[in-house]
Amino acid sequence: MPPLLKLILIRIGLGLLTLFLVSIVVFAATQALPGDTARAILGKEAADKARYEALREQLGLDEPMTTQYLSWLGGVVTGDLGNSLVQDKPVTELLSRRVQNTFVLVLIAALVSVPVSLFLGSLTALRRDSKFDVTVTVGSLSLAALPEFVIGILLILLFATQVFTWLPAVSRIDPTVPIYEQLELFILPALTLTLAVAPYITRILRASTIEVLESEYVMMARLKGLPDRLVLNRHAVPNALAPAIQVTALNLAWLAGGVVVVEYLFNFPGIGSLLVDSVANRDMPMVQAICLIIAAVYVLANLSADILTILVSPRLRTGLR
Amino acid sequence: MSTPEIIINDSELVEPPVINPGRRRSEWLMTLSEAWRMGRTRIGVGIFGAIVLLAVVGPWVAPYSPTEFVAPPFSPPDIPKMWLGSDYIGHDVLTRVLYGGRTVILLSLAATVIGLAMGVTLGLITGYARRWIDETVMRILDVVLAFPQIVLTLLFVSILGPKLWLIVLMVGISHAPRIARVTRAATLEVAQRDFVHAAEAFGIARWKILFNEILPSITSPVLVEFGLRLTYSIGLIAALSFLGFGMQPPAADWGLMINENRIGIIIQPWPVFVPVLLIGILTIGTNLIADGLGRALVGIERDTGVG
Repeated sequence: MPPLLKLILIRIGLGLLTLFLVSIVVFAATQALPGDTARAILGKEAADKARYEALREQLGLDEPMTTQYLSWLGGVVTGDLGNSLVQDKPVTELLSRRVQNTFVLVLIAALVSVPVSLFLGSLTALRRDSKFDVTVTVGSLSLAALPEFVIGILLILLFATQVFTWLPAVSRIDPTVPIYEQLELFILPALTLTLAVAPYITRILRASTIEVLESEYVMMARLKGLPDRLVLNRHAVPNALAPAIQVTALNLAWLAGGVVVVEYLFNFPGIGSLLVDSVANRDMPMVQAICLIIAAVYVLANLSADILTILVSPRLRTGLR
Repeated sequence: MSTPEIIINDSELVEPPVINPGRRRSEWLMTLSEAWRMGRTRIGVGIFGAIVLLAVVGPWVAPYSPTEFVAPPFSPPDIPKMWLGSDYIGHDVLTRVLYGGRTVILLSLAATVIGLAMGVTLGLITGYARRWIDETVMRILDVVLAFPQIVLTLLFVSILGPKLWLIVLMVGISHAPRIARVTRAATLEVAQRDFVHAAEAFGIARWKILFNEILPSITSPVLVEFGLRLTYSIGLIAALSFLGFGMQPPAADWGLMINENRIGIIIQPWPVFVPVLLIGILTIGTNLIADGLGRALVGIERDTGVG
């Protein structure tokens, strides 16, 4: 087998292994629940022994743990995530619109923050210690420290309530109206996510670009007398592509967690705010489904980034360290 | 074969644990003093010190009791009676601000220490043991890493309920893999040095080598991690209170204050704005310290050719 293919297959295998272990953690979480699902569904009516036993059997709670896990996993793979305990509807039905909303929100935030951080990260690295670099670095250091709800509330105070009243402070999205007709409701949450993630990514990218610029192969190319433009295009950029891909993955991974607090803050009807509600109501099937979705996005983002990195980076492709 | 005299001679010859005591003992001090030379570190320490002082002294100078009703809900500031007005049920906002910093700071410190203890231990073991122990532990840590920190915490809160110990523990656990990776990388490098080989040749117990020989040599990266993780702990702990899973009413807590009072943000922004501002300033301060430490570490490594 070619070493490159082997490397990629190993990476895929490890990714799948992680996903599998993640599913075990999420499943095991409910097993640690004091009492069981049947009791949780019936509430006070669980005192009725016959009904309780019948429901237990119906839910398969008498089966051994491994059987229960496998049938749950089978459901997950085929898109059957069980019923919500609070609303008594299939989890997938309740989730579909919210997944769409969150997807659009994350997409907007990523489409803004990835190019911005790529631009700022590489430019600050190229013009190291210039006034521009110092300004961006100090600014991003401060912004990167701020928790996302701090940024969000400052934006609400600035743009939605106290200083200006240009934008809505609450994202009440009407499910009967197409998303593109209510995009103004996405602006503040997306801006919050962008301001929270872009500085963090910019800082990482600046550091890795500096590393590439100071590397021996770039220095070698310079010593050979190649003009700056060629040094950058032929030697620096291909190797800096790898960090750029990693940055995008990091971005997505961060956004997957960032939506929780930001959606809650803006009352945005996505999976993040639903997770908070479900945790408060102890709606376990819903919590499981959302945790699984978020973890899967995270693992898959990292997996595809790693594979792309292997494919594009000259050092890995040829050297295979 | 070997007589007692020879063994004594050997030990005098090798003397493994104190081969390079000077560098090892002073390493973290060197990082600290190097960091202190940077303006950003001093500003960070100043900010952090000021907020901690406010949180510690606050309750002594507060004009009212944090649970005392002093005015109708969401009253605007009325100087000098109520500098920041009243909150959603008529408590004095200034009083609650002065009381509300302790919990955020203490819980964040506790979570950071837990994460550091677990992460450093795991990093030392995986970096030194290698092979299957390394592989297995790192795979398990990958699973923890697959959950964003807030999601991992919420998953367990949904099972066991919003308990303070659980939140502190989960925030700590969610830090552990990230700290373990850094510690492992540093350990891998230190484990190759002569004084470790010497200690091994001497037959010193492996856990003693880990904690007495290797750990003192990697205190600087651990110090940097402490600053960084403290920043994130503050954000996470405050966010969890903001989501309603941390401190519970009627406690005075900055994160909780934001949540309780945000419905009145248009008529009375102060009980939201001031806690948000203080949390923000606090995290900027700790992040400046972490950045100063990080830069100092990179600078020292470059100068001494280590790392």
